[in-house]
Amino acid sequence: MKRIINEMKVRLPAVSENESVARTVISAFVAGLNPTVEEIADLRCAVSEAVTNCIVHAYRELAPGERGYVYISTRLYDNREISIEISDTGCGIADVEAARKPFFTTGKEGERCGMGFLVMESFTDSLSVKSKVGRGTTVLMRKILVP
Amino acid sequence: MERNVKFENRDGRLVASLVGEVDHHAAAPMREAIDSRVILDLPKTLVLDFGAVPFMDSSGIGLILGRWDLCQKKQCDLVIDGLSGELSRLIALSGVEKLPRLSVTRESEEEKTDETHHQ
Repeated sequence: MKRIINEMKVRLPAVSENESVARTVISAFVAGLNPTVEEIADLRCAVSEAVTNCIVHAYRELAPGERGYVYISTRLYDNREISIEISDTGCGIADVEAARKPFFTTGKEGERCGMGFLVMESFTDSLSVKSKVGRGTTVLMRKILVP
Repeated sequence: MERNVKFENRDGRLVASLVGEVDHHAAAPMREAIDSRVILDLPKTLVLDFGAVPFMDSSGIGLILGRWDLCQKKQCDLVIDGLSGELSRLIALSGVEKLPRLSVTRESEEEKTDETHHQ
């Protein structure tokens, strides 16, 4: 049975400046496990994609002046596993299966290439996506670091 | 506006060196700077140099695809240069290397593909 050795919850306003804040926070949190440079790079990239999705897609229907938040909840386990849950309370995804297909995008503006879920999936060990239209989306990523 | 992109134009070869992390937040001013310079210079080749980019997510792929689109319209070749190992993995995942008139120069290949040593 794996044990939790550390945990952290972060709430950030869904603004693009916070994409780099989220990456920095994850790097600092996982540092205690002495990850490889490549492992840190993978996690930073996966987190960047998830947080960017919240900022670009989840809250696109907010009225001016309304603020959405990105919630990051992460845990380290004694088997060198890190779990990272990133959620929003935005518009939700109508068809998660379609959205997870590589190069699928609804982002007409801003040159989105539809690789977000592909990157999250490729750079971690597992990815699950739960979403409800009008309620929000939660992605859960897990990665076991090399001993 | 051009703080995070440095330009050098030599004989129709425009090198745009990106400086800093490339995410969704940083990509917008970078692409604006590159596009206005490409439209002004109309180079034969546009080189996007990632040598000073310590981090990039898929926004960087979007940036490359958008510049490739512009290059197609302006009859210009696109070269992706200076990729570190981490950035290379993302490029490989995206498949952009298969696009026509786009080439990727990796650090070890720089010597043999560099055609600017004519002086």
